Amino acid sequence: MLHDRDRIFTNLYGFHGSDLASARIRGDWDGTASLLAMGRDRIIEEVKDSGLRGRGGAGFSTGLKWSFMPKADKTDGGPVYLVVNADEGEPGTCKDRDILRNDPHKLIEGCLVASFAIGATDCYIYIRGEFYNEGSAVQRAIDEATDAGLIGKNACGSGYDLNIYLHRGAGAYICGEETALIESLEGKKGQPRNKPPFPAQAGLYARPTTVNNVETIAVVPTILRRGGRWFSELGRPKNSGTKVFCISGHVNAPCNVEEEMGIPLRTLIEKHAGGVRGGWNNLLAVIPGGSSTPLLPRDICNDVLMDFDSLREVKSGLGTAAVIVMDTSTDLVRAIARLSKFYWHESCGQCTPCREGTGWLMRVMARLAGGQARVEEIDMLLEVTGQIEGHTICAHGDAAAWPVQGLIRHFRPELERRCLDHKAAMRMAAE
Amino acid sequence: MPKLTIDGIEIEVDPGTSILQACEMLGIEIPRFCYHDRLSVPANCRMCLVEMERSPKPVASCAMPCGEGMVVRTQSEKALKARHATMEFLLLNHPLDCPICDQGGECDLQDQAMAYGFDRGRYRETKRAVKDKDVGPLIKTIMTRCIHCTRCIRFSDEIAGVSVLGGIGRGEHTEVGPYIEQAIQSELSGNLIDVCPVGALTSKPYAFTARPWELRKTESVDVLDAVGSNIRVDTRGAEVMRILPRLNEDVNEEWISDKTRFSYDGLRRRRLDRCYVRRDGKLVPVSWDEAFAAVADRLTGVSGDRIAALAGDLADAESQLALKDLMTALASPHLDCRQDGARFDASARAGYLFNTTIAGIEQADAVLLIGTNPRFEAALVNARLRKRWLRGGLTVAAIGPALDLTYPVAHLGAGTQTLQDVADGKHSFAETLRAARGPMLILGMGALARSDGAAVQALARRIADSVGLVRDGWNGFNVLHTAAGRVAGLELGLLPGAGGRDRDAILDGCAAGHLDVVYLLGADEIPGDRFGDAFVIYQGSHGDRGAHRADVIFPAAAYTEKHALYLNTEGRPQLTRPATFPPGEARDDWKILRALSERLGKPLAYNTQGELRRRLAAVNPAFGRIDQVTPARWQAFGAAGALDPAPFALPIQTFHQTDPITRASDTMAACADELFRSAETIATGRTGTDG
Repeated sequence: MLHDRDRIFTNLYGFHGSDLASARIRGDWDGTASLLAMGRDRIIEEVKDSGLRGRGGAGFSTGLKWSFMPKADKTDGGPVYLVVNADEGEPGTCKDRDILRNDPHKLIEGCLVASFAIGATDCYIYIRGEFYNEGSAVQRAIDEATDAGLIGKNACGSGYDLNIYLHRGAGAYICGEETALIESLEGKKGQPRNKPPFPAQAGLYARPTTVNNVETIAVVPTILRRGGRWFSELGRPKNSGTKVFCISGHVNAPCNVEEEMGIPLRTLIEKHAGGVRGGWNNLLAVIPGGSSTPLLPRDICNDVLMDFDSLREVKSGLGTAAVIVMDTSTDLVRAIARLSKFYWHESCGQCTPCREGTGWLMRVMARLAGGQARVEEIDMLLEVTGQIEGHTICAHGDAAAWPVQGLIRHFRPELERRCLDHKAAMRMAAE
Repeated sequence: MPKLTIDGIEIEVDPGTSILQACEMLGIEIPRFCYHDRLSVPANCRMCLVEMERSPKPVASCAMPCGEGMVVRTQSEKALKARHATMEFLLLNHPLDCPICDQGGECDLQDQAMAYGFDRGRYRETKRAVKDKDVGPLIKTIMTRCIHCTRCIRFSDEIAGVSVLGGIGRGEHTEVGPYIEQAIQSELSGNLIDVCPVGALTSKPYAFTARPWELRKTESVDVLDAVGSNIRVDTRGAEVMRILPRLNEDVNEEWISDKTRFSYDGLRRRRLDRCYVRRDGKLVPVSWDEAFAAVADRLTGVSGDRIAALAGDLADAESQLALKDLMTALASPHLDCRQDGARFDASARAGYLFNTTIAGIEQADAVLLIGTNPRFEAALVNARLRKRWLRGGLTVAAIGPALDLTYPVAHLGAGTQTLQDVADGKHSFAETLRAARGPMLILGMGALARSDGAAVQALARRIADSVGLVRDGWNGFNVLHTAAGRVAGLELGLLPGAGGRDRDAILDGCAAGHLDVVYLLGADEIPGDRFGDAFVIYQGSHGDRGAHRADVIFPAAAYTEKHALYLNTEGRPQLTRPATFPPGEARDDWKILRALSERLGKPLAYNTQGELRRRLAAVNPAFGRIDQVTPARWQAFGAAGALDPAPFALPIQTFHQTDPITRASDTMAACADELFRSAETIATGRTGTDG
């Protein structure tokens, strides 16, 4: 359980103002110049020590990612970019949204510190187009910070110049993928790029670029103020720090809550979300990390811990920590079929397995939901997900495959029952 | 030099080589759809996946650069499974209509499905259908067959330089097609058919006419412009069914222009298949004997001084030499191979060749175009210029009409005055050329086919000397011809002899009655009324302008029907081979001249083509080195004279119709019509999106 003194997002629920003065009362922009005075290498070291892992879903070490950027003595003097991924579109996820509208100054301060650490010349915040009010809040924060001399020329009196630009996306899910986001930011069609080259070598406008999630960037100033050690002591080794969890679905009090990493799933739901509707025993399954992660049945949910590695051990993932709770009233097959439709709709269509495979999944899942499939098709479906997974340019193919795999892994008897029941009903109708 | 192991074989490659390229060096076949040697690499088909050690996922070999110590397996279970998977996905929404698809038999998808696919499908859902797009008279689209490899998009963006194609929509609804439905405004559009790995883009004129396995393939050379693109002529029986490009890195790489590819239907229309003699103002079909007799009768007693000859654009080297020898035997000095009226000095080879060579363009970094539109006159030379420009660091400037060449061109001026300024060093571009490492100028027929041609040529030579176009191992002086037969004629000296008349003088002589007989060897670009009362003998393949005016017609073979030598604008001798037979009584050009010489009592000294070729090589050794360019020595050429201040005009206004063959082609007529209509669209500002 996270102590109030260790909470980073103290205005997650918007009880206080989101303006600069209120943010300053909460401790933002406090001695930012002295953070910058630590120097690039110290900042990166400190972030590495904190064990901060990217909050966008993949969980890659943030400090390590920053260290891939060209060093101060190795740059060619051209532009270097920090791009903040505020294109939060994963079904179930709404953590960045609260940060953007209630605590935007945490993000802006984080942008300044992170940009300084990677030697960026400009910073772009790519925000999902649907986040209209959130975009306005961020823009207001940028304007306030600029007027107060916190960013812009000679930011915070440190001698470092940084302009932060807000860019609104058009709402395509795929533009949340970092290279597709870069393409979209360049004004092109949002289609992921091949890697290598990675953005740190050739990203936005073919210049070194780091793309980070909103939450990742927003926690950095606090980490630097309180020390990487403080952050790393929260949670479990390699899965340290605090995390904003989004709990939705069949719980009594859906909410966003900042908690320590590695909190047991059951504690998280019962403590913060008022428990599963109808009691824990009424739980059917939980999607622990946003729609792309495989679901977990109740017996796993009983004692699983909410962090990257624990969830990987049970063949799921922390993703964006968007916990979707489904009680026994849920038609699980239909729910997953709906997700398959989502991934079919959001595929960019660039590479073959995803373009063709998501449609196949969607259609077979739709039939399975109604029981109008043959039992053998379940195996075929599983094989098809395996043919998509890992064969695509970006992770969208994986994201489409995993929910179906999770369903088949844990609820195969239910699928088979449906097919057989339907077949029997058809036979009866024929007789 | 990274060293890596592929399938247990160690290989060292240049940095930047992709795994796929390294596999090719080892002779390991990697299936692919989206990857193309000459296009950018999107790695979106996922067919070329291979297993790589230390990578949890299979990697796309086309986009993965080789790294030190990599261990790659192309035949492992994981790699094969990935290929199977991709193949299955590609076929999900493919209509599998091979029996009615023109690509059948030469389809990448078909071949690779045989090699890497399942033997049955598992997809039981409904398939996607896509509306076909209208992209003009050359390309037929069946977009349901499209596998979204985006080769066509990349070809049009990168090689052709017209951004008209794109992927519209996303996911399963992605459709490849033109943003605005209209004919593709490119002279290279036919290559889209070749780059398309499936039957989505096929040839419209060829549609449903033949199957690839029924066709006899003959390797030959194109003669419809002076590039000498290498082609393959596919025939069934006596008919040319289609023309495809053949790889030649020095000339056309693997592209050909639309004119080269689609004008073959002109080979079976308006053909001359027997001899004619004009009697009482009407052309009457006659036998060869009678036709020869008519010519022999007319020539009896006519002194050589009253006979002239002109060679046309498509005349091969053999017939031009035979014509020259015949005229020498008849003691006539009046002959010219420049039927467009070009008046440059042809005494030095360097003065009329494309000395840099077409492949040499890739070493250039500053180019001055003078009175030429390479896009129309030599589409593949323009494609090379664009290729060079894409690499960066190329400056192009033009003197003549302002043009869209698919890359930026600085327009310096319209005519000789600007050229004079550059020569005098008064224009800043002279400095650009001087500072360049590979400076070149391209002198087009727009600058030479005028009365002051020789003076313009001399002026260009002065530029060459003043800015140093000719350096060690580099000659940046180039003449871009428009006719395939021209360089051979110049190399053989098919030019006015001592006291002889050039083209204009011949025509003036006809009008004034100083000449009695004119022999036209396929010369079709001269209006018939300019021959006055002269007796015109026309030898050629098509009933075009020359035949209309002729008094005697000898039917001859077209370029797909004969063994012949052509020199392209670089002076590169290349051979055409007969893919089919000449129609009716038509014969090879040189044989007609040889037979006629016999009837005139002045037999030429060769009886076989072998003997004629030996004589060619004796006249000019360049003819002996097939496929090779014999570099020209840098000598004095050009003649001083008054410069005409009139702006340079372009020799080719209608790209699609430039010679008897293309004028006889329905396809080319449709293209010209379409282009005219699109030009009208542009003029009126209507794009089709204005409701």
